[in-house]
Amino acid sequence: MHCHDSGIKIQIPEGARKIVLAGNPNVGKSVFFNALTGLYVDVSNYPGTTLEISHGKYGQDVVIDTPGVYGISSFNDEEKIARDIILGADVVINIVDAVHLERDLFLTQQVIDTGVPVVVALNMIDESQHQGRKIEIDLLSDLLGVPVVPTVATRKTGIDELKAVIDRARPGHIEPDLHSRLHIMHDRVGNQGEALLILEGDPIVAQRHGVEAGTDREEIYLQRRARVNDIVGHVVSQSKEGASFGTLLGRLMIQPLTGIPILSVFLYLMYKFIGVVIAGDVVGFTEETIMIGKYEPFVRGLVGRFIAENSALGTILIGEFGVLTMTVTYILGLLLPLVLGFYLALSSFEDSGYLPRIAALSDRALSAIGLNGRAVIPIILGFGCVTLATIVTRLLGSERERKIAIFLLGLAIPCSAQLAVIAGLISRVSGLYMTLYVLVIFTVLVVVGTLLNKFLPGESTDLLIDLPPLRLPRIENVIKKTVTKSYHFLIEATPLFALGALFIGLLQVTGLLTVFQKALQPFTVGWLGLPKEASTVFIMGFVRRDFGAAGLSQMPLTEVQTIVGLITITLFVPCIASTLILFKERGRREALIMWPAILSIAFLIGGLVYQAYRLFGSVEAVIGAVFGVLLVAVIIGKMPKSGNRTITGGKSYVK
Amino acid sequence: MRLDRCRRGQNVKISLINNSDVRAQAIRFGIAEGEVVRCQEVLPAGPVVIRKNNQEIAIGRGLARQIEVEFIS
Repeated sequence: MHCHDSGIKIQIPEGARKIVLAGNPNVGKSVFFNALTGLYVDVSNYPGTTLEISHGKYGQDVVIDTPGVYGISSFNDEEKIARDIILGADVVINIVDAVHLERDLFLTQQVIDTGVPVVVALNMIDESQHQGRKIEIDLLSDLLGVPVVPTVATRKTGIDELKAVIDRARPGHIEPDLHSRLHIMHDRVGNQGEALLILEGDPIVAQRHGVEAGTDREEIYLQRRARVNDIVGHVVSQSKEGASFGTLLGRLMIQPLTGIPILSVFLYLMYKFIGVVIAGDVVGFTEETIMIGKYEPFVRGLVGRFIAENSALGTILIGEFGVLTMTVTYILGLLLPLVLGFYLALSSFEDSGYLPRIAALSDRALSAIGLNGRAVIPIILGFGCVTLATIVTRLLGSERERKIAIFLLGLAIPCSAQLAVIAGLISRVSGLYMTLYVLVIFTVLVVVGTLLNKFLPGESTDLLIDLPPLRLPRIENVIKKTVTKSYHFLIEATPLFALGALFIGLLQVTGLLTVFQKALQPFTVGWLGLPKEASTVFIMGFVRRDFGAAGLSQMPLTEVQTIVGLITITLFVPCIASTLILFKERGRREALIMWPAILSIAFLIGGLVYQAYRLFGSVEAVIGAVFGVLLVAVIIGKMPKSGNRTITGGKSYVK
Repeated sequence: MRLDRCRRGQNVKISLINNSDVRAQAIRFGIAEGEVVRCQEVLPAGPVVIRKNNQEIAIGRGLARQIEVEFIS
């Protein structure tokens, strides 16, 4: 079930209670969910990636999961969803990380302040003991006013005890001052939880009741923080504190001097795994042997019995780019293994706590192009599939960042399908030309990013991210997460790929495909210096990005022509599925600017490289010129942004 | 002094956070104004990592610049 914004619609049987699981990110909520319902839920170690709300049955009752949040308000989508589910709960099971008690109890106290009955599961109690912390559980329970059960969810310790106290959940203790304030607002809006959020200035809840949002958020938060610190001071005794191996490794991972080599090793392993094993061996088998070898002849034979293959309908259904042939082969034979591979790698990074550290490490570089460290996730995924990465940009902090990220993904990030062919082609040219290719693509990324950052109105958000302790990823979690994420991607992307194939099929049937190819020829020959057949390659690149690059490999080209062709095809508009997702995510107006812009930049840069080569006569000179451009861009990027740097209140974590 | 000027290993007291939304988020994380945190890591021109108890938080440079701190030890 999907839940959007506030409208969470989950069918609750007559007489069933709504048991809601709530907690900070990375506290192990999903393990509790599984233990209660036996159903699967996506586990996220990276703040802000789970937006699917899982729910299942526990006896007569319904258990609902919520995204991990540090508090409930309207700061982001996760919080809004968590807020609305918690406000509608009959019982909240609050999962608290014993290692991060001070942080987690803020949410606990906030949930208690909403007035719903609460049970606290004090999770990872073993890890906390290991660190020399002693927590007096009975006293914690007394101070909060709700039952507290120590648990180690991953080892199933304490789960039965937790189940036993669900019925004893009760509203906890509220600060007397807040209590009286709540009382007044409660009378006005008829619900204590909503009253609390209105007092805390939540604009959405206030609007629902047609009352003015309160201005006391900070005062209430500070009171709550003071109360929580006081409770922690009473119940926790710390006997030792020392830097563990995890802390040391975590430090090495984010310092550039050591972090970049470590990241390089991981990326290299990822490349070996995805680029060689999956893109080569696995896809060779799934795409060539199974889909093209077995599936396509089968479906052609089946459909061919009723519809002639060379008829209009036949072309659309089972032709070269057919909806039943190419789309199915592409999705199941090529995309599925790749997406699984990428998510497997990324989920391991996520589960281990490495991903937020990569975000911290890359924050400096990404902030030059108007993004922050979080954007490293869609960028890594972009090398797998740009369509997928475009969807994932939803986790970025502002619309401005999403615009920049989506544009750069469409322009300068080659997807895995393309990379495989590019790698093949580029091995034919000498090292100098390879350098030129990599340098040009990188320069385009930096220059365009810097310019977008300079000229797009608004502000990007700054990094503010929790670095969870490093842990060995749990295979079970990683696999489950990989499967769920890949599944959701396929569900979302398959219609797009089918629609794209249908569109191309129509172009082919109506003869428009040839018209476009002819129209592109003057550009290809005069401006890019490529043979006229290359225009077909660009059009094919739109159908499927790897088709384009593959087409180049069949042409007799000089080294310069190869590089100009590769640069253009890399920058050239993304495949039709990512074009469709671009329209879906950004709306028609913006997409109609971005798409032609990407197209123009691709031809402009490809042509400039060729013309520069003709002018200078040597590839070394061209490399020098590109390097100069890159340097200028970096210098411009370092200059402070023009305009005042006043702080706007609206968006969180403003730069 | 501002947080972006801290050195690794210093303990500082957060005295002013110049942005109301960030302030609210900081209170939730337990690093509100008045709290003493340890400057765990400073990335060259990049984020500052602060630590309080077992909690580590990476703060982007631009944001660190908006946070006033007092040197403790």
